[in-house]
Amino acid sequence: MKPRHKKAAVIVGVLCAVGVATALVLNAFNSNLVFFYTPSQIALKEAPTGRTFRVGGMVESGTVKREGVTVRFNVTDTAKTVSVRYEGVLPDLFKEGKGVVAQGQLGPDGVFVAREVLAKHDENYMPPEAADAVQKAEKVRQQMATGAAAAKGPAK
Amino acid sequence: MIPELGHLLLYFALGAALLQAVLPLIGAHRERRDWMLLARPLSWAQGALVLAAFVALSASFVRNDFSVLYVASNSNSGLPLFYRLAAVWGGHEGSLLLWVLMLSVWTVAVARFSHKLPLTFAARILGVMGLVSVGFLLFMLLTSNPFDRLLPAAADGRDLNPLLQDPGMVIHPPMLYMGYVGFSVAFAFAIAALLGGNLDAAWARWTRPWTTAAWVFLTFGIGLGSWWAYNELGWGGWWFWDPVENASFMPWLAGTALIHSLAVSEKRGGFKVWTVWLAIMAFSLSLLGTFLVRSGVLSSVHAFATDPKRGLFILAFLVITIGGSLLLFAWRAPKVGLGQRFGLLSRESLLLVNNMMLAVATGAVLLGTLYPLFLDALGMGKISVGPPYFDTVFGLLMAPLVLVMGIGPLTRWKHDEGGPLARRLALPLVAAVIAALIVGFAAGRISLVTTGGLTMAFWIVFSLLVDLKPRLLPAGGSAGQILHRARLIPVAMWGMMLAHFGVAAFSFGVAMVKTYETEKDVKMGPGDSTEVAGYVFKMNGFQEVQGPNYVAMQGQLEVSRDGQTIAVLRPQKRIYRVQQNPMTEAGVHSNAWRDLYVSMGEQLPGGDWVVRLQYKPFITWIWGGCLLMMAGGVLAIADRRYRVRSGATVSRAAGVEAAA
Repeated sequence: MKPRHKKAAVIVGVLCAVGVATALVLNAFNSNLVFFYTPSQIALKEAPTGRTFRVGGMVESGTVKREGVTVRFNVTDTAKTVSVRYEGVLPDLFKEGKGVVAQGQLGPDGVFVAREVLAKHDENYMPPEAADAVQKAEKVRQQMATGAAAAKGPAK
Repeated sequence: MIPELGHLLLYFALGAALLQAVLPLIGAHRERRDWMLLARPLSWAQGALVLAAFVALSASFVRNDFSVLYVASNSNSGLPLFYRLAAVWGGHEGSLLLWVLMLSVWTVAVARFSHKLPLTFAARILGVMGLVSVGFLLFMLLTSNPFDRLLPAAADGRDLNPLLQDPGMVIHPPMLYMGYVGFSVAFAFAIAALLGGNLDAAWARWTRPWTTAAWVFLTFGIGLGSWWAYNELGWGGWWFWDPVENASFMPWLAGTALIHSLAVSEKRGGFKVWTVWLAIMAFSLSLLGTFLVRSGVLSSVHAFATDPKRGLFILAFLVITIGGSLLLFAWRAPKVGLGQRFGLLSRESLLLVNNMMLAVATGAVLLGTLYPLFLDALGMGKISVGPPYFDTVFGLLMAPLVLVMGIGPLTRWKHDEGGPLARRLALPLVAAVIAALIVGFAAGRISLVTTGGLTMAFWIVFSLLVDLKPRLLPAGGSAGQILHRARLIPVAMWGMMLAHFGVAAFSFGVAMVKTYETEKDVKMGPGDSTEVAGYVFKMNGFQEVQGPNYVAMQGQLEVSRDGQTIAVLRPQKRIYRVQQNPMTEAGVHSNAWRDLYVSMGEQLPGGDWVVRLQYKPFITWIWGGCLLMMAGGVLAIADRRYRVRSGATVSRAAGVEAAA
């Protein structure tokens, strides 16, 4: 091979390597995106089964039940709830009536099996996903209220 | 009175910073020597004023002055003095003041150690740093004044977040900021070089120790943060790919690339444009990190502020700084010129691979950190990018990086022959694979990922030894002269080797922890015992413990192996009196080979506790590796050539500039 050809071959090789690396990065990116669903969306069957996603809302008061290391509780966005099962240690700020985000998969029985439970490190602070879920449910309720009370004008 | 005085001092500091920014820059442009000479005294003045303001805020904390809003929100009369002082940077406003203080420290250091630089150049550097300071002081005075009063005064403060009440957390922010802000020096050097249109080897030599110093601080800050998270969050994780961690990791990656490209700029006059670009990027990413952490766009421990005005200010500041420097870059960079040609196989080309990999890694972290924010901002739904993404990407990118890390130091500048190099490196490569397999076999399980990670670690060590051997013990040399020959090796080279050993130790630790750590969540009552990784954990019982400002439930576990007691661990679940938040304090037994990590979960109705037991092999090597990298950086800064030879080159460079 002439030096010129050699150089060209190396450049092509480097470009291929960069291309493959980029493809791998984007592939890894795509397969590790975790989407977020609200309990209402899960109730409408919008959430996938067999894929990891996040659900957020409030821990419904009076639903936390422990059997050994297994914990069951309901997450609510004030409109709908979803039951969650989790094995292991819950974060320090996990509390009934407080915001929570769980990551895991939805089982065929409709119970969300969490592999990770996140609660944030400030009592006044709501995880954005949890706040989002509650807000959305609130909006839906308002729209319904507006529809029902259309004659009275828009609700505040 | 003290808070008002502090507030006033901040205004004076802003004035000094404005003068420090404007006068020397205009002076340098118009060649007014008297204006340029003002840069140093003004830097000192600004530094003194910021320091005085910082002392004023600290005084309010020491005196428990709860008529100051910031003190009332972040301190409490029950807080020990040590933590009251640390609380100065426990919240948003105070940490900004700390940021500005760090910036003044670097500015004063530059003013003090820049007498060998041509005056025009030094004036421009200090001027640019003054501009950065103006931005931050304005930010503080317009949106986040730490001296705001609370009237009527609170009876007592709301206390410092219990998570931050830890010695590691006391020094973590200052170190991190020293690193972040330290890149402003490299940034100012780059901008000054672009303004002056002069970028030679001497420029690179002046910049190197400053950049390395900033990098050492940043490494320390990040390592400390990881160590703190491991010990204090109670989960036993050491890195979460949390956006806040990524925010500090991106400037680190860019800074690491910068250190390596500066080597080429100094030794071979190459990569100049790229070096300037990296200097701008490293600081821009530091600013972006501030934006991410301080604006409240992220959901995490660190997001103190949730005020959109602040976010907008930082965003505008970011756009002006980054946009402005990139415009300047586009306009002036062609003047800087390209370096010398180099062969396909040369140290330059291998350092180029290093830089490419680090740049792609920075980009990958940026993508994973910002993409969810963009989607959210555009109202396209909430997503998160999981740690598996980052793990995969880093595994992929680090392999070629580590491969060239082994080859690079043995390769000549400009051009080298592949044959002899391959013959020298074949043995360490084979040895590294074998060593990795042996370790995997000894640990009981061989996996592809572990073998890959361990091979990387051994490869770095063995190739360094191949590099070191002919230097210390050349063919026909006597063993008695090893010490003498070791002293002939430049200190900077020892620094490089030590830092690379650090990367090896780090990779080894990561590979071992990732593969062989074991974790068990169990229900435990007094007398119960469980086995994890060959260690038997026996719960002796629980008792209530009183701390200075908390109450804790403390478990007592006896750990034994083969019937012999190794340690007694006392993990706690604390409730801090003021904020009433529970906090997990892990019980850790640590040695060079493994950590035993126990944390208390929650109490079950019957009185038993859920306890998490973890076995973490070689986890301390991760932070040990960081310490080695830092030590390498310190050695590199200590090299004589930064102090001795620079005198001659400066006069030469000054002559060139005068002639131009």
